[in-house]
Amino acid sequence: MDSTQLAIEERVAEQHRHHRKAVFFYVWVALLVMTAIEVYLTYQNLPPVKMLTILLGLSFIKAALIIGYFMHLKYEVNIMKWATICSVVGCLIIMTIFFFPDAFRILHIGVK
Amino acid sequence: MAESALHDIPSVYEPSLFGTYSKKIGMWLFLLSDSLTFGALLYAYSYGRISTANWPTPFHSASIVNATVMTAFLLTSSLTMVLAVRASVERNAKAQTLWLLATMACGIGFIVLHGREWSNLIAEGLSLPMFPAVPGHEAASEFVNVSKTVPQFAATFFGLTGMHMLHVTLGVIYLGVVALRRKFIPILLVLWLVAWLGTPVYSPFHYGAHVLLIAAIVISIILWLKPKVYDSSDVEVAGLYWHFVDLVWMFIFPLVYLMSAKIL
Repeated sequence: MDSTQLAIEERVAEQHRHHRKAVFFYVWVALLVMTAIEVYLTYQNLPPVKMLTILLGLSFIKAALIIGYFMHLKYEVNIMKWATICSVVGCLIIMTIFFFPDAFRILHIGVK
Repeated sequence: MAESALHDIPSVYEPSLFGTYSKKIGMWLFLLSDSLTFGALLYAYSYGRISTANWPTPFHSASIVNATVMTAFLLTSSLTMVLAVRASVERNAKAQTLWLLATMACGIGFIVLHGREWSNLIAEGLSLPMFPAVPGHEAASEFVNVSKTVPQFAATFFGLTGMHMLHVTLGVIYLGVVALRRKFIPILLVLWLVAWLGTPVYSPFHYGAHVLLIAAIVISIILWLKPKVYDSSDVEVAGLYWHFVDLVWMFIFPLVYLMSAKIL
């Protein structure tokens, strides 16, 4: 491996050393608590649309915590953050545009 | 030494655009492409659910409890993984190996519980045409009806969760190689034999176990071609993969299990 790569690795490792271990435990507890809330709501037999909204909301918060803290994206440079997030979100938006109107159409008028 | 190396960067190459090393950027690119694979599978599941009026909700309380414990295993494995990364940057090799082994143990726990869940559902009649029939089991009518009336439920359920289970299995193998290197190969072969010979011939895991054999062969070739001691950057990159597997489950668990729960 060349010296540039080694130097960058050392710098990234240095950034890791500054993170307090307690932060990871707080994130882990938050993730477990949100999971417990999801399961509790399941036992409350909420209406499906309301349930889906809450579950997806919690899932996105959990995903953000995992990506930000465990996957360390929060501490990366801005271009890395934006390139990563924008590319995935852009593709998912395109999938949403293609999939869901058609799924609702089939639900309401049947397969033609 | 690190400071002098940093000062040398401009004189050797231009600094990285993304401010990190190439292995990590490579893993992020892989994860971005993999997220689209899972995105497509989750969209396919959601599409089927929206467009099918009588979508089944077959998961009783026992399944929900089982899936919740699986989720706890994965979340805990993410914590142990991040502690392994931290130990690696502190150059604490013993702690790094122990945390990696703890992560693998949680991953194996997840796979075992998931396998048990699959086996129970298959025995009760929720199955795919490609799965052999389970002898001596009277299929519960509820699941037989599900497989007949809404076949896309079993197809999307087994497709999505099977793909995720494969990722977790490969993740455990990846961590095993990073933690133990060549010592992991005989362990993997023993796991393959246990999984292959310990499951009945009608179980999909009887054939699925051969993934472990294929992995053992691939690992042997890689370690033979390029033997190396894995450093903190390798542990961090392996951690990215592992956290991604956890991340995907955060969507599968609510969408597949909790939204299809039948709580009486």
